[in-house]
Amino acid sequence: MLIARDVTKEYMSGEQKIAVLRDVSFAIQQGDFVAIVGPSGSGKTTLLGLLAGLDTPTRGTVVLDDSDLTTLSENDRARLRGEKVGFVFQSFQLIPTLTAQENVQVPLELRGTAGAADRARELIDRVGLTGRGHHFPTQLSGGEQQRVAIARAFANSPKILFADEPTGNLDNATGHRIFELLQSLNSEGGSTVVLVTHDISLASRASRIIRLLDGAVVEDSGAPSAKFA
Amino acid sequence: MIGFPRSVWSLAWRESRTARRRLLLYMSSISLGVAALVAIDSFSANIIQSVKDQSRALMGGDLSFDSSKPFPAAADSLFDSLSHHGIALARVTTFPSMAVVPRTAGTRFAQVRGVTDNYPFYGNIVTEPAGRWPLLRQGANAIVDPSLLTSLNARVGDMLKLGFGTFTIIASIKDVPGAAGIAEMLGPRIFIPARYIAETQLLVFGSTANRTVLAKLPAGTDPDNFVKPFKKQMENQQVRLRTVTQTEMSTTDAIENLSNFIGIVGLVALLLGGIGVASGVRAFVERKIDTVAVLRCLGASSGQVLAIYVAQAAAMGIVGAAAGAALGVAVQFILPHVLTDFLPIDVHVSLVPSAVFTGLAVGGWIALIFALRPLLALRNVSPLQTLRRDTDANVLRMRWTDAPRLLVNASLILSVVAIALTRARTTKQAFSMSAATGVAILALAASAALLSWAARKGLRTRWPYVVRQGVANLYRPGNQTRAVTLALGFGAFLVSTLYLVQHNILRRFTVAATESRGNVVFFDIQQDQERGLDSIVRSSGHEVVQVAPVVTMRISSINGKSVTEMNPATDRQPQQARPRRAPWALRREFRSTYRDKPASSETIVEGKWFSDSSLKVPRDTGEISLEDGIAKELLVKLGDIITWNVQGVDIPTRITSLRNVTWTRFEPNFFVVFAPPVLRGAPNQYVMLAQVKDPPAVALLQRAVVNRFPNVSSIDLTAIKRTVDRIVSRVSLAIRFIALFSLAVAIPVLFSAVAATGRARVREGVLLKTLGATRGQIAKILLAEYSLLGLLGGLTGMVLSIAGGWAVVRYIFKVPFAPPFAPVTGIAAVVVGLTLLIGLLAGRDVFKETPITALREV
Repeated sequence: MLIARDVTKEYMSGEQKIAVLRDVSFAIQQGDFVAIVGPSGSGKTTLLGLLAGLDTPTRGTVVLDDSDLTTLSENDRARLRGEKVGFVFQSFQLIPTLTAQENVQVPLELRGTAGAADRARELIDRVGLTGRGHHFPTQLSGGEQQRVAIARAFANSPKILFADEPTGNLDNATGHRIFELLQSLNSEGGSTVVLVTHDISLASRASRIIRLLDGAVVEDSGAPSAKFA
Repeated sequence: MIGFPRSVWSLAWRESRTARRRLLLYMSSISLGVAALVAIDSFSANIIQSVKDQSRALMGGDLSFDSSKPFPAAADSLFDSLSHHGIALARVTTFPSMAVVPRTAGTRFAQVRGVTDNYPFYGNIVTEPAGRWPLLRQGANAIVDPSLLTSLNARVGDMLKLGFGTFTIIASIKDVPGAAGIAEMLGPRIFIPARYIAETQLLVFGSTANRTVLAKLPAGTDPDNFVKPFKKQMENQQVRLRTVTQTEMSTTDAIENLSNFIGIVGLVALLLGGIGVASGVRAFVERKIDTVAVLRCLGASSGQVLAIYVAQAAAMGIVGAAAGAALGVAVQFILPHVLTDFLPIDVHVSLVPSAVFTGLAVGGWIALIFALRPLLALRNVSPLQTLRRDTDANVLRMRWTDAPRLLVNASLILSVVAIALTRARTTKQAFSMSAATGVAILALAASAALLSWAARKGLRTRWPYVVRQGVANLYRPGNQTRAVTLALGFGAFLVSTLYLVQHNILRRFTVAATESRGNVVFFDIQQDQERGLDSIVRSSGHEVVQVAPVVTMRISSINGKSVTEMNPATDRQPQQARPRRAPWALRREFRSTYRDKPASSETIVEGKWFSDSSLKVPRDTGEISLEDGIAKELLVKLGDIITWNVQGVDIPTRITSLRNVTWTRFEPNFFVVFAPPVLRGAPNQYVMLAQVKDPPAVALLQRAVVNRFPNVSSIDLTAIKRTVDRIVSRVSLAIRFIALFSLAVAIPVLFSAVAATGRARVREGVLLKTLGATRGQIAKILLAEYSLLGLLGGLTGMVLSIAGGWAVVRYIFKVPFAPPFAPVTGIAAVVVGLTLLIGLLAGRDVFKETPITALREV
């Protein structure tokens, strides 16, 4: 489903080259619930960006559902994201000018899918926000905003969902509820979930944990069977 | 873009929800420019249509024959033959006279028009009391301009003396077709029956009088075809022939020139608006980075993102342009009321769809093309921004070689040039205007770069923190120094240039009028009346400033080639490659003088004043000095020989000097000055300039002179100066209105420019507040930054406007240039003040936001 092969990402800082990720390799199967953990600065978010095709690695390849992301143009990657990828962010990233339901509709509308409004309404109900679809993001609590974000992430029935610290801006109880929602969507719909978090207690509930330190994988509970050599 | 699903367009619409107002504010920058274009185009279309409708009434007939001396025999026989063929003719003889009302003893210089019974063939003369025009012909009656009644303290029923004739005022004029209100200010009109002209005894030797014969052609006759057989003959006889179509053309030409000038101001306003749109949209784009990053994450292609925001900008641009067009139409309906005095016709105002459409299209296009530049940057927003947010400037950075950007830049330049070409009078003017705009923008960009550099180099650690922070804002990454300086400076440049041009053109009138040494001019003084008049003036205790002999003459030949040979063409001809001597100058009657010294109102610009010997001894070829303007019209230079026909005698002369004459100074000025021996002995009249210090004494002196010499006319220059002042002040009011209008355009532009930096500053301000900065400190930081930006924009604009103003005044209006530093500095100061005010207003958000809410947004 998702294969990272010798993924390296380097940035230039002035004259100096800094490697944020070094030769990261692993494979994730369809339906997995994977947590990527590590301390701040370990390269979690950079890795997520590369896996989701938001950025390209300096070296190495990322293959998502049989497409090599490193060979695709930015617009082809966008199309792929629209079809196969869902996102949940720490800061929710809802479009402030659209209502909750309209936010959920966006991925459908970008693809020109018919019946976008009905599908969005259904998803809003599914995440427990029945009747709140016409609210704007600022009129919702953090937990509610994240539910809308999750509904949006599932709008196109993505094969894989990437979540960047989805509970980071929420209190403990709400965070756990959001996590449960992700889990249930994962188990019901069969979407793969890749979650970045530094909350060990949440990560421990994932089916697989990949631990990063200084840009390298130091532990992978799914290895060695799934590890790509 | 068209191929996107419909849902993308509805997404664009919904996404614009909260931004519509802001976007509309930015787009409103172009509204005033569009308003100007629509108002001017519609109004001039209205005028041109009205001229077409009323041109017969304007002239009073289908064709007119004009002559400043009695019609030659050839013309008289032509008139006989025309009458014989059933073509109706009407005659109008126009001459100056002093009008005296014995009952009130009031005296006033006036224009008398002796008309035959059938005048006018077209149009109606409306009188007060109504219906009196037909009564004019019944006796020694007069119908006069109301201003004459006012100035003579007279009323309908009074007796009126003109020369030796006495008339009864039977009505005042309410409306005569084809006469602008301004014409009557110099000399009120008096209509009398033509057969009573002789009784005035005013048409004596050399008197100024203009004779017109109007003809009414049978319906369906083309006047231009009709005159072809005799036009050349008439013009050779110094009879000016005009047809109704020519009148129409010359009137519409004048209107078109005027509307071109105002149209250029409108274009400039539109351009300034475009810059406002660009900076406003830049601020808008910065706000949209996060949304675009999310859209990209959700699978939107860069094309879809661009389409969404271009659609929003285009829609708002059209709304902005439509608002401008509506305002323009409103102005169009108001203009005729404001301009009544200046217009020779009744303007019928009606909606001109083509003008409205052009305004909408040009405005919408300018808004779109200027908005496109910043919008293109949205293509570069990476979806990665959802995870890790870079500074706005870094996110939106575009490569210099980016092809769509180059394309937009090129179409921007082409659009400006194309619009300039359709507006300017000549291609050269259009290109100079476009080039000047380009130079101004480059100069502003360079000065912005210089400021950034100077701020970086000049920053001193010993300065207070708030000042350092403010100054550092000018060069730190993401600074908007260039964008703000460009918008501010360009605005200041345009407003200030307009002011400079206005000031320099109008200055000529006011300066010249105040310098005049005398205030009463007497003319048509016969040779035997000069001494008598001189003694009347002196014995009344006034000063005679100047007495000049006047000899009337026409050009007979230039360098041996006669005028008739030179001027075979009388019809409108296609432009010839070789420049032609101006026909009007060749045919006109010159009223020349002779004297031994140049007058104070003139300076020699080429050659030398008459030599001592030429002043003493008459020669075969006498010396003359020509006014430089008429020399250009006649295409003559120093050393050329002009032979004059002075009452039948040919007098050859050589041009030995060219003079520049300050015509606006109210003194007797002449195109041609002869060395005295050449003309001495020729039959002449005199013109006399007197200085009367006490205004009431002017009327007394005029009355004394008219009693003794009824044929001598006099003009009170103080009254004329008042009239001119009034006209000048109305014109300057109009120009000030245009300048104010540009300033009004500049304000939304300023708002947009400052808004472009506002967001970054608010973020920083709130962060500083979180770190413990007080309101005062934040205000001072903003103050330091915005005052430097304002100062730079204002000063660069000022320097540029002096250069621009100089170029326009010198090369387009061809008058000397003197920059009034105080008002221009004032404009720069206003720009600084406005920048500060708007900057601080934008900074209000810093004070409103609590650190926590803002940090969430950060």
